[in-house]
Amino acid sequence: MARARDVLIASVALLLGRRKTRLRAGGEERIVPAGEPQPGAELLVMALLVAAALCAVAFPVFYALDRLPHQTQLLGASLGLSLLFIAAALILTGKKLIVTEEIEEGYPENEHEAEQEALVAVVHESGSRFTRRRLLKGAVGLTGGALGVALITPIVSLGPVFDMTPFYKTPWRRGRRLVDEKDRPYRASDIEEEDFYTAFPEGADKEALGSSLVLVRLPKDELDLPPENKGYAADGIVAYSKICTHAGCAISLYRAPLFQADEPRPALVCPCHYSTFDPGAGGKVLFGPAGRKLPMLPVYIDRKGELRARGNFDGPVGPSWWGVRMRKPTT
Amino acid sequence: MIRKAVRFVDQRSGTAPLLRKTLRYLFPDHWSFLLGEVALYAFIVLVATGTYLAFFYQDSTVQVTYHGPYVPLQGQEMTEAYRSVLNISTTVKAGLLIRQTHHWAADVFLAAIVLHLLRIFFTGAYRKPRELTYWLGISMLIVSLLEGYLGYSLVDDLLSGMGLAIGYGVALSIPFFGANLASLIWDGPFPGQHAFFSRMYIAHVFLFPALIAVLLGAHLALVALKHHTQFRRERRQSERKLVGVPMFPGQTPRSLGLMFAVAGVLVLLGGLVQINPIWLWGPYHTYSSTNGAQPDWYLGWLIGGLRLVPHWDFVIDGYTLVPNPFWGGAAFPGVVFAFLFLWPWLERKVSGDYAFHNVLDRPRDAPWRTAIGVWMLSWVVLVFFAGGADRVDVLFDISYTSQIWVYRVAVWVVPTLLAIASFWACKELRAAEVVHREQHRAEEEAHAAAEREATPV
Repeated sequence: MARARDVLIASVALLLGRRKTRLRAGGEERIVPAGEPQPGAELLVMALLVAAALCAVAFPVFYALDRLPHQTQLLGASLGLSLLFIAAALILTGKKLIVTEEIEEGYPENEHEAEQEALVAVVHESGSRFTRRRLLKGAVGLTGGALGVALITPIVSLGPVFDMTPFYKTPWRRGRRLVDEKDRPYRASDIEEEDFYTAFPEGADKEALGSSLVLVRLPKDELDLPPENKGYAADGIVAYSKICTHAGCAISLYRAPLFQADEPRPALVCPCHYSTFDPGAGGKVLFGPAGRKLPMLPVYIDRKGELRARGNFDGPVGPSWWGVRMRKPTT
Repeated sequence: MIRKAVRFVDQRSGTAPLLRKTLRYLFPDHWSFLLGEVALYAFIVLVATGTYLAFFYQDSTVQVTYHGPYVPLQGQEMTEAYRSVLNISTTVKAGLLIRQTHHWAADVFLAAIVLHLLRIFFTGAYRKPRELTYWLGISMLIVSLLEGYLGYSLVDDLLSGMGLAIGYGVALSIPFFGANLASLIWDGPFPGQHAFFSRMYIAHVFLFPALIAVLLGAHLALVALKHHTQFRRERRQSERKLVGVPMFPGQTPRSLGLMFAVAGVLVLLGGLVQINPIWLWGPYHTYSSTNGAQPDWYLGWLIGGLRLVPHWDFVIDGYTLVPNPFWGGAAFPGVVFAFLFLWPWLERKVSGDYAFHNVLDRPRDAPWRTAIGVWMLSWVVLVFFAGGADRVDVLFDISYTSQIWVYRVAVWVVPTLLAIASFWACKELRAAEVVHREQHRAEEEAHAAAEREATPV
């Protein structure tokens, strides 16, 4: 009982009692000047802290409730508001309850010339026994360089660093069937005008950059292939690599004249940086940043009416690298 | 209590004199000095929320079938990485809150760094003796940009994959060794092998954050060693004398208050404002992409750069020296960061000002610096806007191609006009101040003379 009374008295004293300013031992001058008490602000700070505590209590409650609608919102609101109430309490404390001194102080010295000289002297004087400095420097440089090369050598294991052949490889070869995402072979009759289709080589990894194709069927008057692509189309159907030659995104927009009256020709467009290619002209760049035409795949229609590749692409697939134009793709 | 603690610490570390100095370290009072602090506190939130996310994330590209609670994706093939982020967003309690807070914190972190950098640049705070502090800051900005990019790449939704494809395209475009470098990073041509995701993950959760922490430590240590700069707002403030509020008690509640405010706003945003709804995009395949995809804001200038450049590959006699993405994706940020790194040195060379500076310039005090800064800033901002031209096309039906042509001209003309205008504005503001001062002095003299006459001798 007596203990409870002590606790009660102590807490009342804590709540109401204001600290008397005390002189430090020896009657020295204060470091932080005294300020006027602000009981109103103190009360407000306490109220803000209590509000913060209430919000903080709400967080585990919201967390514990299963199937609560808007749980993320309630969790965020309770925790966020709790933090903001604490912020408000602290800022109020800083503005009203803490003595804000504006003190002046000298900037640190710009430099320490004597110390600098001493440092230089220590280094210079420590080397008095060396007579062949040039040679020694050369040896240290050589060792440092050699060791550096040795230490970074294991990085080469990260990937095939010198072999460029994987960049030219595609799964396409003569006779390979064109299939859709569910591995069903495309028939020429599936391909309609003013629509576009994604095709893959039968049985190959669909994710490899050299795999995916866009197929479109163009009316005869839109088809104006350059001489090197003569015979690439089959009954108006043309096939191009689906990977943009600019930065490697998939070409997923087909601008058929039907939808955009102001654009004269059908075009394949990459949505990343809007490189625009002409499907009727062998994949020529019409607009946008791509620096290389879209690689074209020669196709034919077999006796069953299914689409097959006649060979490999007419150029390397995917974004360009140094020397990309020097070789043709391989199977 | 406190006396006991102080004695304990001092007897065992001998740091009482140092701690006393630290406690009374002076902070000059100006709102713009808080921008760097906002970045610091956002970084703390990033580390805290990121650590939590790492308890659930799986850096695996093994293909799995989704059977989670989000109906539209049920039965779809996806990587384990994407599934784990979907689970964080749907089944882990408070997971979505933490993930969105993490994403918001990244956006705010970079925004605060960029605003802080603008303050530093336009007030000349980077001048001797604070060049090292400045260079550390720029380095942190670069690492943070990469860190943010890796962060949203790890999700492995459609947006991540498109971003990675572009990153691959830019890496590949580096002259002479780009393909070799990309092959090392991705372990072969895109989309790479399984190891690639582990590499991104360790870089995102350990290498880059640790690097930022080290740079940050050095940055703050240098700030403290050389003390803050200050604006000259009172007569007693000078190159030799600093006026400010001591760390304790004055600055502590303010700084802590700012920390809680930053954390509070980020958590509120994370809970109430949706960001990157990854379930809507679906899994990535190299053969799929979507229209209207935009990166986080801090990479918007790069997508603008990539989109603006006309279709130039630099080819010499069949040898492709510079593929196109290099211009917008590597050369453009390269020029911007080279400018930022070299600027303190360039300014010193040209102006011949080798003195120590503790007092800040106002932008008008250095018209040349302000004009050049305005040129660079508006250049980058215009390229940033060019990156959003497709949204303008969709929203306001203004043809994309004509917008791009306008931007291709405007990014050179508008910054030049703005630079000239700001140079002129600086001069005018200064001249007006001189006139004002003269007037003030004349009035005071007249007033004093009148008083002398009025007072009988």
